[in-house]
Amino acid sequence: MTETFVLIPGRTARQGCGISEGKFGDNYQQETNLLLVAAADMERLGLQDGDRVRLTSPAGQVEVPVTAAKRDDLPAGLLFIPYGDVSCRLMGGDTHGSGMPTSKGLDVQLEPIRHDQ
Amino acid sequence: MSNWNQSAMTSDELRIVKDATCTFCGCVCDDIDLHVRGTKIEKAQRACVLGTAWFLNHEIEDGPSCLIEGKPASVEEGIERSAQILAGARYPLIYGLSDTTSESQRVAVAIADWIGGNVDTTSSVCHGPSGMAVQGVGEVTCTLGEVRNRGDFIMFWGANPAESHPRHFTRYSLMPKGMFVPNGRKDRTCVVVDVRKTKSARAADLFLQIKPRADFEALWTLRALVRGIDLDAQQVEHETGQPLSVWQDLAERMKAARFGVVFFGMGLTMTRGKHANTEALLALARDLNKYTRFTVKPNRGHGNVTGADNVVAWRTGFPFGVNLGRGYPRFNPGEYTASDILGRGEADAALILASDPLANFHQQARAHLQSIPYIALDPKETPTTRHATVAFHVAAYGINVPGTVYRMDDVPIPLRPAFESPHPSDYTILTGIERRVRQLLHAK
Ligand code: SF4
Repeated sequence: MTETFVLIPGRTARQGCGISEGKFGDNYQQETNLLLVAAADMERLGLQDGDRVRLTSPAGQVEVPVTAAKRDDLPAGLLFIPYGDVSCRLMGGDTHGSGMPTSKGLDVQLEPIRHDQ
Repeated sequence: MSNWNQSAMTSDELRIVKDATCTFCGCVCDDIDLHVRGTKIEKAQRACVLGTAWFLNHEIEDGPSCLIEGKPASVEEGIERSAQILAGARYPLIYGLSDTTSESQRVAVAIADWIGGNVDTTSSVCHGPSGMAVQGVGEVTCTLGEVRNRGDFIMFWGANPAESHPRHFTRYSLMPKGMFVPNGRKDRTCVVVDVRKTKSARAADLFLQIKPRADFEALWTLRALVRGIDLDAQQVEHETGQPLSVWQDLAERMKAARFGVVFFGMGLTMTRGKHANTEALLALARDLNKYTRFTVKPNRGHGNVTGADNVVAWRTGFPFGVNLGRGYPRFNPGEYTASDILGRGEADAALILASDPLANFHQQARAHLQSIPYIALDPKETPTTRHATVAFHVAAYGINVPGTVYRMDDVPIPLRPAFESPHPSDYTILTGIERRVRQLLHAK
């Protein structure tokens, strides 16, 4: 079962600290490899913190663990991930003559990876 | 390297470096007191969580200052190999520049000029679209000092300074008691517009959650309302995610401000619409000046990305995405910008200064960069330095080397370094490469 979501990659304080601590360190690696999902979407899709999902965009495919966004941080249908390797793999190369690839508001297909897969 | 004063650096005595400058983000806070013992910063007083991580994680790392194809080499050998790569290239790219001093940025542009290459900065994947919009409609601007002393209506659009610029609120925009806002936060109205409820949204008096990718529609709604044009309520709500009455209220508040400012972030520039979104916002601020003083500022990210725009503009007339192949500068985002040059597989060599495209770029660009000879200069090991043909481990700006950086409001600020590094500065390396490139080109 796949569903279309809008993905917003962005900055977080922990990701920022991770840059200074070193990009190969735990803080940066953990933070940039964790997808935030609205609590309502988590429940509807039967997802628990730490479950893995497959995200597919026209540019690429990744597998990441998920966690529920806190409070009402994310509306249903929106996903958030701190900038890093995972978000880059989903970003297309076309800059539409601007120099800037569309890096926020990406359409992605989300598919939960069941434990038996 | 040779003037490194080892005895001073190994001394156990505690030294206080007053009013040091943090270069982690575009706030460029220059009021940090550093407690330094030898080559370790033990405390960074007044720095935020990001600034603290920046200052406390710059110990002197052992290891060579230069690696050629992963093997230790002398700095001189590295400079020679770098110059050979760049002077022999047909379509080289000089990229990055935002996390170093303006003095080094100047030399990087000079190298691009000598070799007839492309020069682009991290602006192109950050506020480059804002630069394009400024060229289109102009910019009603101000300094952060004006915001601090006058701003009574503070808006953040697609920006989340609570996470990206943690002292923005306290030092410049929301909390300070200013000349014309004597009660600080009480005298200011804060509005956040975003597609999600960020940490910054929680500090706002009014939060407007708009539909993803509807910034352009929302901004044109406001422009129309400020101009007194009637709009279809159903259409506005459908397209922006907020009812017309909310936009009407916001437009009236903006007109009623004494000194308004909108800080905008990559929520606008990285989303569909890009420079068209920013253009709409810049034009809105311009329109509002019929009623009151209203300004708009990009919330710049890297410590000296504003300096990169300034330096590239002084030297070439354009802020980023410049090609010097014909002996005169040509500006064309989408053609001479790094993401495109690499993504289309055009560059045959590159010099990456203080940035990490292998961690931030899209897949085709990363794959191409890994397939060509390139030089990387960085104070830290990054995915980009790991794959470089020539990697220089350089001293960190602001921590080990002095120089000038530009705050996000184009105000130049001097750096006050804490201790010397045994590694050379990128300025030393770049001037060495420039000198050798000129010799090689002359001999051709
Ligand atoms: S707000 Fe930015 S410049 Fe100021 S201390 Fe924090 S990271 Fe450094």
